[in-house]
Amino acid sequence: MNALVRWLRKTALLFRRRNFDQDLQEEMAFHREQTAKEFEAAGTTPEAAQYAAMRQFGNATLLQERSREVVQFRVETVVQDLRFALRQLRRSPGLAFTAILVLALGIGASTAIFAFVDAVLIRPLPYPSPNQLVDVDESEAVFPRSNLSRDDYQDWKRLNTTLKSLEVYGGTGFLLRAGSLSEPVPAARVSDGFFRTLGVTPILGRDFRPGEDKPGQPKIVMLSYGTWMKRFGGRREVIGESISLSGEAYSIVAVLPRGFSFAPRASAELWVPLLDKNGCETRRSCHNLDGAGRLRDGVSVQAALADLNVIAARLALAYPGSNQGQSASVVPLSELFVGKLRPTLLMLLAGAGLLLLIAGVNVASLLLVRAESRRRETAVRSALGATPARLVRLFITEGLLLAGLGCAAGMLSAVFMISLLTRIVPKPMAQGMPFLDALGLNLHTVLFAAGAALLAAVLLAATPALRLAFRDVQPGLSDGGRGTASRFWRRLGANLVVVELTLAVVLLAGAGLLAKSFYRMLHVETGFDTSHLATVWVMAPDSVYSKPEEKITLYHQILEKVSAIPGVQSAAITSDLPLTCNCDTDWIRIPGKPFHGEHNEVLQRDVTPQYMSVLQARLLRGRVFTEADDANHPQVTILNQSMVEKYFPGEDPLGKMIGDGDLSPKSMRQVIGIIEDVREGAPDDQPWPAEYFSIYHSLDPYFAIAVRTGQDENAILPGLVKTLRSINPNLGVYGESTMTTQLSSSQSALLHRFAAWLVGGFAGLALILGVVGLYGVVAYSVSQRTREIGVRMALGAQRSSIHGLILKEAGWLTATGIIAGLACSVAAAHLMRTLLFGVHAWDFTTLAAVATVLGGAALLASLIPARRASSVNPAEALSAE
Amino acid sequence: MATKPELMPGTLDMLILKTLTRAPLHGYGIAHSIKRVSDSVLTVEEGSLYPALQRLLLQGWVKAEWKKTETNRRARYYTLTAAGRKQLGIEVSDFQKMIAAIGRVLEDAQENA
Repeated sequence: MNALVRWLRKTALLFRRRNFDQDLQEEMAFHREQTAKEFEAAGTTPEAAQYAAMRQFGNATLLQERSREVVQFRVETVVQDLRFALRQLRRSPGLAFTAILVLALGIGASTAIFAFVDAVLIRPLPYPSPNQLVDVDESEAVFPRSNLSRDDYQDWKRLNTTLKSLEVYGGTGFLLRAGSLSEPVPAARVSDGFFRTLGVTPILGRDFRPGEDKPGQPKIVMLSYGTWMKRFGGRREVIGESISLSGEAYSIVAVLPRGFSFAPRASAELWVPLLDKNGCETRRSCHNLDGAGRLRDGVSVQAALADLNVIAARLALAYPGSNQGQSASVVPLSELFVGKLRPTLLMLLAGAGLLLLIAGVNVASLLLVRAESRRRETAVRSALGATPARLVRLFITEGLLLAGLGCAAGMLSAVFMISLLTRIVPKPMAQGMPFLDALGLNLHTVLFAAGAALLAAVLLAATPALRLAFRDVQPGLSDGGRGTASRFWRRLGANLVVVELTLAVVLLAGAGLLAKSFYRMLHVETGFDTSHLATVWVMAPDSVYSKPEEKITLYHQILEKVSAIPGVQSAAITSDLPLTCNCDTDWIRIPGKPFHGEHNEVLQRDVTPQYMSVLQARLLRGRVFTEADDANHPQVTILNQSMVEKYFPGEDPLGKMIGDGDLSPKSMRQVIGIIEDVREGAPDDQPWPAEYFSIYHSLDPYFAIAVRTGQDENAILPGLVKTLRSINPNLGVYGESTMTTQLSSSQSALLHRFAAWLVGGFAGLALILGVVGLYGVVAYSVSQRTREIGVRMALGAQRSSIHGLILKEAGWLTATGIIAGLACSVAAAHLMRTLLFGVHAWDFTTLAAVATVLGGAALLASLIPARRASSVNPAEALSAE
Repeated sequence: MATKPELMPGTLDMLILKTLTRAPLHGYGIAHSIKRVSDSVLTVEEGSLYPALQRLLLQGWVKAEWKKTETNRRARYYTLTAAGRKQLGIEVSDFQKMIAAIGRVLEDAQENA
């Protein structure tokens, strides 16, 4: 009750604060007058009496303050402090602007990267109970994670005790008729419970029912949301309609939700049940699917792995021919989705963190310098009765205000940077990350930004406040006093700059190494001429080209027509293009060599006779294929160098025979040539042993055409596609590109470019901040030493020696920063070595370049204050202050 | 700048209230009266008098109004309220209890000495 009344009175007083102050002032003035009269009555002169009264009374402002404190609210002093801090910032808008800008950059960049990391690493799977989802595959010596065979899958599904459900998926494609053209559409084959296991329900229609994936079941299809909108106009009536896929009728049963995505099959537009065993699925040794399972409650990934390994061991005993050496691989599904991105993202987060640190240190040293120049002001304030606590609070309020404004500006810049980031994410990467569209400020990121701001606030508030705590009033009041404290704090500023420069070196070195890796990747030895090489994929459906002769005729027709396109020098057909992947493999056995059922896995490529010359691959020995190497003649093969080194060390393989695991007569082929390695996998993959065959022996509905051109290979692409379609509109023609594009847009090259650009950006900002910080410290030091410089000059020091004096100081700081930075860089680069390609962590040229760039920039930054120092007029310097 | 407490802590409010029982007074009058009545033993510092008056005003134990002095100067006069009178009673009895207690402790200490 009493408290309430008191509060009401305080509130009432709040609105008549001016009256309150006037009343108090008048009251006290009256009191003083009365006291003076008292002194006068005791016999002092009126003037002396007045002074005596004032002395007795003491600091009137302070007294009034005390009375005011009784009636005011606690927050009011905070508001006062804030108003004071704002006034201070307004008084030096340049500093305030710089500090807020620097903080906004640091907080913005790190928040944007964090938003990314949050989305990719913390919430990678857009499914319910994502921690239960696992990636299930087979494992063998060469492939720690290899595809799952359909027969093995059936047994694993039946026998395991640790998984609630186990499903498989595989890629496929269909030709969808659109107008007069057949368009190839990427699709996926899945087992019946695939969507139930993920926890995804169609928004329209029904899920696949148990048993609907068995061979012989009706052909049904689910549409992805995007396909439904794009190709079917988003009509609800599509459910139940029949569509023709590669000439066969499928009935549409469902439409998947808009947000649904499954990264390993991100491009799939159509989802069909497994149905008939296609291609090699009739064999247990055919590995063409991948598994995804959901763990039973309370079961760990390790337990599931152990369970499946036991089953795999039993299968190996039961089917030694196909299953020997096969075990299981079980990892969290998130690992499969984003495992490859993790090191890059963590590195980027670390880079952004360093940038934030530099920004914080930079602003702190700015404030420090200003606190130094406000020594007199603080001294006057404390002489007038401001308690040390109140003064510290003023500085803390200023720090908090700056950090708060910086944080707000940082959030704004984060929003901007996030949208920038999502735009520079390479498309193939973004396809697997549908959540990127929704990336923005959320609870996590805002908390992160607030945390960063809090850290900055502590740093900003602590530096000047600490500084104040160690000082007494006296030397501050008598200006020109240069106590030891001043030197100590100048040293602290200098030390902070060394930290900044060190961090800048680390970021620069990181950016340099990444850029160099990227360059190395683009200029990797490929074993063929990547320039002037156009490529395109073709799908010739079995429904149209059922007989082998028809396919061979088609090949000849294609090569003839394509070669006739103006600008085309030569063309060839291949089952796989180089620089794609180390996939499409075969198991071999060499007669006369020890064999214990191991999987000698080598790449298998089927090509037309012109292929080697079109690629300009280098034939080392023997001969290339001719038109005569067709199905009517014995199979022959060309090996690459890696294959020779691995399977024929120290021998001449020409004329030797190679067969399959059982050395079946049909599989035997003779080696007729050896070529230098053509890089078949990604640019950062190791070259693999490879065998090349004549395409006339194995006719696949999918193949690629490689075209060597005399002019710009990009210009030829439209003509190429048109020519192919003119041969038969039923041909699916897609993926037209060039080898140069292929090289620069490989997943690893894109990831490298992305990382190199970002870290490069961070490094650029760090360089600017570091150098500006250095400039600030040196310039401040010059302004503090003006008198000393004046004395030196008066005593006969040459301008050049003053110049040298200042440059030496800057040089020391820079050298310390660079040396510490280089040491840290090597350590940091060692940590990120998995991200480097063809570059060592201690790459000398990169480190030397970084040192030169930073050293040069630092020299430029310190030249300005050095020049100012050497142009000091000794007479003015000595008479000043 | 801290003022040395010359009064026993907590007694200033009571002394002000007591002083005001006789007649409304202004700040200077209160300080002067306390000094005079106590034969200059107790001096009230201005630095604590005015904050104390604000405190009493907030509690509603005194009222303030501007009036003319005998010399025709404007001054703020403080008047004891009913609540203030009640409060004074409480404080005086508390204080006396405490003094008595302190006295007993001191006597006891002397006997044992």
